[in-house]
Amino acid sequence: MTITVSMTVNGEERSGVCEERTLLVTFLRETLRLTGTHVGCDTSQCGACVVHLDGDSVKACTILAVQAAGRDVTTIEGIADGDTLHPMQQAFHENHGLQCGFCTPGMIMSALDLLKHNPSPTEREIRDHLEGNFCRCTGYHNIVRSIAAAADMMAPGEG
Amino acid sequence: MYAFRYHRAGSIDEAVRLHGSCEDPGYLAGGHTLLPTLKMRLAQPSDLIDLGDIDALKHTATTSGALTIGAGVRHNDVARMSHSIPALAGLAGGIGDFQVRNRGTLGGSIANADPAADYPAACVGLGATVVTDRRQIAADDFFVDLFETALEEGELVTSVIFPAPRRAAYMKFPNPASRYAIVGVFVAWTDSGMRVAVTGAGASVFRVADMEAALARDFSPDALADIRIPEDGLNNDIHATPDYRAHLVTVMARRAVVRANASSDGVRL
Ligand SMILES: Cc1cc2nc3c(=O)[nH]c(=O)nc-3n(C[C@H](O)[C@H](O)[C@H](O)COP(=O)(O)OP(=O)(O)OC[C@H]3O[C@@H](n4cnc5c(N)ncnc54)[C@H](O)[C@@H]3O)c2cc1C
Ligand code: FES
Ligand code: FES
Repeated sequence: MTITVSMTVNGEERSGVCEERTLLVTFLRETLRLTGTHVGCDTSQCGACVVHLDGDSVKACTILAVQAAGRDVTTIEGIADGDTLHPMQQAFHENHGLQCGFCTPGMIMSALDLLKHNPSPTEREIRDHLEGNFCRCTGYHNIVRSIAAAADMMAPGEG
Repeated sequence: MYAFRYHRAGSIDEAVRLHGSCEDPGYLAGGHTLLPTLKMRLAQPSDLIDLGDIDALKHTATTSGALTIGAGVRHNDVARMSHSIPALAGLAGGIGDFQVRNRGTLGGSIANADPAADYPAACVGLGATVVTDRRQIAADDFFVDLFETALEEGELVTSVIFPAPRRAAYMKFPNPASRYAIVGVFVAWTDSGMRVAVTGAGASVFRVADMEAALARDFSPDALADIRIPEDGLNNDIHATPDYRAHLVTVMARRAVVRANASSDGVRL
């Protein structure tokens, strides 16, 4: 059965028609045409689909769109300020934190949630936090570096 | 996924009432077990009743000597409660990954009773009580068999009461891919005696009486050195043989005792 689902996405009220069984990631990509959020596995493992739901990083392939109805969603499209990249995006750019880029939106959304709880993580803490984000290209090293650099840029009094 | 009807319940009563009025319903909590199951078409509920809006399931409370955690409290929220029962917070912080912990709930985990899940070890290890919409069930009686609990049709877990231990720790040997326990052992020195609860090794969580007796005499890792549980009936899969799991139970139990003795996990409630 089709239903209309409404939620706040990147600060704007959005609604669309989908089914009860439609996943949030499918709703974002196919209904709202926000294709920055990726689907790597569809089995809750890889983290390519990570978005923020009411401020918490979650796997959008393991949430129904209708569960997010009335809630606040932020995707990778919502973090830059116009043409100015978010410091986390800038740090990935400067530190070569991506190769094919498939995992990058999920990495960035996950990393932002880390810094929210732990503004100056150690390398170990960054690596632990990325447990649910897989990258098949970089070997993670430059991702970890990017996140550390972003933490420096975003530290109070910096940038 | 097969099609289903979706309902968002506003209260415990409404959820239970809806459950009673639908043909083949299921409760939906964090969805991090249920939705993957539905994606694989391993289940076909007619209706899903979302518990996510029920504030009464999200409460936590500390009373004298016990911590009560609502069924809808997420793993990451428990992981942040390190001031109350650190062994429990540590266990919750080791479930899956950060995003799984931002959705998965205590109630969903124990209602599902996965043989490799972590929370069953804490419930049995701490001698917890599971509270439902209609009664209280001792954790020892709650976990019945593989994916089977004492819950009746439509019975809703509302909270779990964890008595604070004098000393406790949980050690797991995680599956490197999923982080589920290949073997996990929760050891606790409680007001009602020693408890050793094992998850991952059998069809369901179980206690090891020999280890409990040995720890009652001497709460040290050496007390467990010569105790090996029988491998009969232990899980056998691509990850580990029964023989290896039996071995791991002793190793994890000893490590848990070391950790329990090292940490300052005392009663702080
Ligand atoms: C990638 C990944 C890794 C994971 N790793 C681990 C791990 O290392 N250790 C571990 O223990 N778990 C792990 N899990 C499972 C995770 O902890 C689940 O969140 C949990 O098992 C189920 O909780 P939920 O809130 O998501 O429940 P749901 O999936 O919503 O529900 C699970 C079942 O419980 C029922 N239910 C839910 N709430 C209630 C209630 N209050 N009363 C009665 N019935 C209820 C539902 O109807 C359903 O049958 C992992 C999951 C994923 C996706
Ligand atoms: S697509 Fe969601 S975790 Fe892989
Ligand atoms: S950059 Fe290709 S998967 Fe990470």
